[in-house]
Amino acid sequence: MPFLLLAALLWALPAWAGKPAPLKKAAFIPQWVPQAQFAGYYMALEKGFYQAHGIDLTIISGGPANPPADCLTSGQAQFATLWLCTGLEMRDRGIPVVNIAQMVQRSALMLVAKKSSGIRTIQDLQGKKVGVWGPIFQLQPRALFKKLGLDVQFTRQSYSVNLFLRDGVDAASAMWYNEYHTIINAGLNPDELVPFFFHEYGLNFPEDGIYVLEPTLQEDPALCCAFMKASIKGWLYAFDHVEETLDLVMKNLKEAHIPATRVHQKWMLERMRDLMRPASGAWSETGLLLRADYLRVAEMMQKEGFIDAVPEFTSFHKDCTPDAAP
Amino acid sequence: MPRHKGIAFKLACLILLSCCVIFGLTFWYNYGVSRRLIAKNIEKNAAELMIATTNQLDRVLAAVEKVPQNLAFFLESAPCDGGQMMDILKALVENNPEIYGAAIAFEPYSYNRNTLAFAPYYFKSSDGVVFRYLSSDYFHSDWYQIPHELQRPIWSEPYYDEGGGDIIMATYSVPFYREALGKRRIMGIVTADISLDWLQKIVGGIQIAETGYAFLLSKNGTFVTHPRRDLIMNETIFSLAEARSDPALREVGRSMIDEQSGYTPFFCTMTNKACWMGYSPLASSGWSLAVLFPQNELMADIVSLNRTVWTLVLAGFLLLLFVIAGIARSITRPLRSLTSAARDIAGGNLDAPLPEKRSGDEVGHLADSFAYMQQALKQYIQDLTETTAAKEKIESELRIAHEIQMGILPKVFPPFPDHSEFEICAALEPAKEVGGDLYDFFFLDERHLCFTVGDVSGKGVPASLFMAITQTLVKTKATQGLAPHVVLERVNRDLSLDNPSLMFVTLFLGILDIETGEVTYSNGGHNPPYVLRSDGSVKQLPGTNGMALGVMEDFVFRSKSVRLGPGEMLFLYTDGVTEAMDVNETLYSEARLEKKLKEVEEMPIDQMVRTIMASVHAFAGKAPQADDITILVLRFKGLGQKGADGEA
Repeated sequence: MPFLLLAALLWALPAWAGKPAPLKKAAFIPQWVPQAQFAGYYMALEKGFYQAHGIDLTIISGGPANPPADCLTSGQAQFATLWLCTGLEMRDRGIPVVNIAQMVQRSALMLVAKKSSGIRTIQDLQGKKVGVWGPIFQLQPRALFKKLGLDVQFTRQSYSVNLFLRDGVDAASAMWYNEYHTIINAGLNPDELVPFFFHEYGLNFPEDGIYVLEPTLQEDPALCCAFMKASIKGWLYAFDHVEETLDLVMKNLKEAHIPATRVHQKWMLERMRDLMRPASGAWSETGLLLRADYLRVAEMMQKEGFIDAVPEFTSFHKDCTPDAAP
Repeated sequence: MPRHKGIAFKLACLILLSCCVIFGLTFWYNYGVSRRLIAKNIEKNAAELMIATTNQLDRVLAAVEKVPQNLAFFLESAPCDGGQMMDILKALVENNPEIYGAAIAFEPYSYNRNTLAFAPYYFKSSDGVVFRYLSSDYFHSDWYQIPHELQRPIWSEPYYDEGGGDIIMATYSVPFYREALGKRRIMGIVTADISLDWLQKIVGGIQIAETGYAFLLSKNGTFVTHPRRDLIMNETIFSLAEARSDPALREVGRSMIDEQSGYTPFFCTMTNKACWMGYSPLASSGWSLAVLFPQNELMADIVSLNRTVWTLVLAGFLLLLFVIAGIARSITRPLRSLTSAARDIAGGNLDAPLPEKRSGDEVGHLADSFAYMQQALKQYIQDLTETTAAKEKIESELRIAHEIQMGILPKVFPPFPDHSEFEICAALEPAKEVGGDLYDFFFLDERHLCFTVGDVSGKGVPASLFMAITQTLVKTKATQGLAPHVVLERVNRDLSLDNPSLMFVTLFLGILDIETGEVTYSNGGHNPPYVLRSDGSVKQLPGTNGMALGVMEDFVFRSKSVRLGPGEMLFLYTDGVTEAMDVNETLYSEARLEKKLKEVEEMPIDQMVRTIMASVHAFAGKAPQADDITILVLRFKGLGQKGADGEA
């Protein structure tokens, strides 16, 4: 225990010693545009938490034109957020990504159907047209329908919900924090919708996590740890200062010329809080990847042929333990 | 309203209150009706404006729809020649000013078996009409996938053009098919892109009154046009409703995207004022046009009219107040002076000045009546004073007459204290000041005592005068030593001689021999006296068949005699005793008298007289005395004269 305290003290020393260590340059890329899904990172940057942890951070805007996996491989960014499945898939492809923090604990992916189409339970999807996104997003639906023995017709859907709204599909994939609210804000009432959350069907696939390449971690574990701590601090700050956070999110989106609605971003921020809340309920455990979650996802991916082998848990996920600190 | 307030106050209050109520109701009704009329008018205008605008928009959209529809028809009917198809597509973009770009996007491997995606696209740019192939991932774009899945033409949701500019675009997509092996198979989608800036201009150009405006919602409820630019393409009506926590707005939005028409009260976000909102869908794209009418601006006329009306009413009320006050004063001023005059008169000042009569109205009549009453009161009081004086004079004269009349009667008892042979006692109580009863007794000589009781018909002064005459005549005649019946005959003759008023008198006259107790008597129609014997019997004296005096001039009377033993008595009375009535008009009656006499015969005679008199008064009680009452008692003692019995 005294050792732990000493280590913590040593790690924290540069921050208050008044002897400014040179800031380390680093770049971070989230999966998508600067919406509230990533508010914590932007907030940490805005409030100088990264700087306080010795990082001179640049955030690169993610999106379809800028896949974070590529930026990570190319070295354009040292840190990226990825879904757990994406991380596993990349590692399987030989890209040595390491999960240093599992931010989102609960799967936000869901299916949503209209009651007007006669769908009440998951079984009612038998023989129906279900909109799905790319392969990674099909993992859970496939597993679910296989598990339930349902024969469902998959239709690729775009990132808009218009196909669903116009009744082009019977059920659509949606992220709870995003598309679900978009549907509600296109005039459908929650009581007119039937939501199916995968985490309620034993298919909880944790989503956004922070990834680095293995060499980066080996080279400077302290940097990785600092990034993670500053990021978590940013998130907790964002949850406690919703309006201030929304101001920043709206400003970022406007600068990126992305149509944005404050109530939508607010919904997203509030759902992120629900999704990130650690299973134990203690926010101090934010960032932990539970072995059970990891194995569930990895084994399912292996079974579905997405990956060949399940990597060792300890090699895939590195906790930011004090002994990793300088 | 306080009861003690004056007429002026009550009148003013009631009239003004009534006016207020009448005016208030009228105003309220009028205002309601006017408002409804204006609202109806506005609704009609809204409907017209919306029909005109949606028609205008639909005309353009329908014209655009025709272009890809025709192309699709051409592709379905004609065999596909690549070069020809490109030319048509290019011409289509060049020749239709509304169309920004057009594409023919084929299903995977449908254009030819080796090409996954084939989608030629012509679009306008600063360099004229430009060509490019759409990138091969178009199959899951909304403009392709939705008409493909729905198998029908459809307008896309509006979107910002790819150039990142501010131009809002929309795409109309038409699927086209081909018959192969007897099966109709979808071949691809024809699209036409249009810029919506003309639409924004039309809708943005709508202005109603000062602040009224219009906006357009897409099928998803997204604002396509709105005076607030930050809402355009960012917010939906539902996100706005969520931000404003306004479930009603959400319901309106649902009705709008459901392609319904409506008219509803609304809260303008632009002006923060109450509005009416009319909405109606575009027939082509299903987008919804809403027009907002600022309520207070459209009601401005009626509001200013109301202000004027209120001002006029207020002025009118003031005027009315003055008029009422004037009228009330003109009524109450004479009333007030009449009131004080009445109080003066009531206090005895009959000469109190009355207000001058100034008008012929009710108050004037009241003043007249007052003056008349004052005069009448004065006259009456004067008359009363005179009458009272006269009456007092008469009363005083009657008092004197009473005294004189009483003076005629012997009043000292016992009258003959030196005669122990008999006792005599009498009493007379007149019903009025003077009466018509009489009694008398006097010695004719040393042995004979004459006594008489009479009753004149009628009462009052005439009776008393007649009584005085009778009394005088009796005394004159009796003292001449005549027998009782002769006395009566003579008195009768004298009375009858000159009796124009036809009065008469009943009279009993007896003469007692004080030595023997022999009583000779004659009765002229008078109540027969009682004789109270020493054996206790009470009997009426036998009658002498005489009649009342003064009626028949030459009537012949007769005498009878009776002997009284020592201690025996004669009781004489007038009909005032037996005919005394109690309150129930029951007579005292002879029977009651006889009974009473038996009770009192042992008493000394003066006490006997008093007792009988008291008995009559007690019987009458509160009933007024109707007739004169006279009692005379004669008791024969015969002391020391026992020997005389034999002489008689």
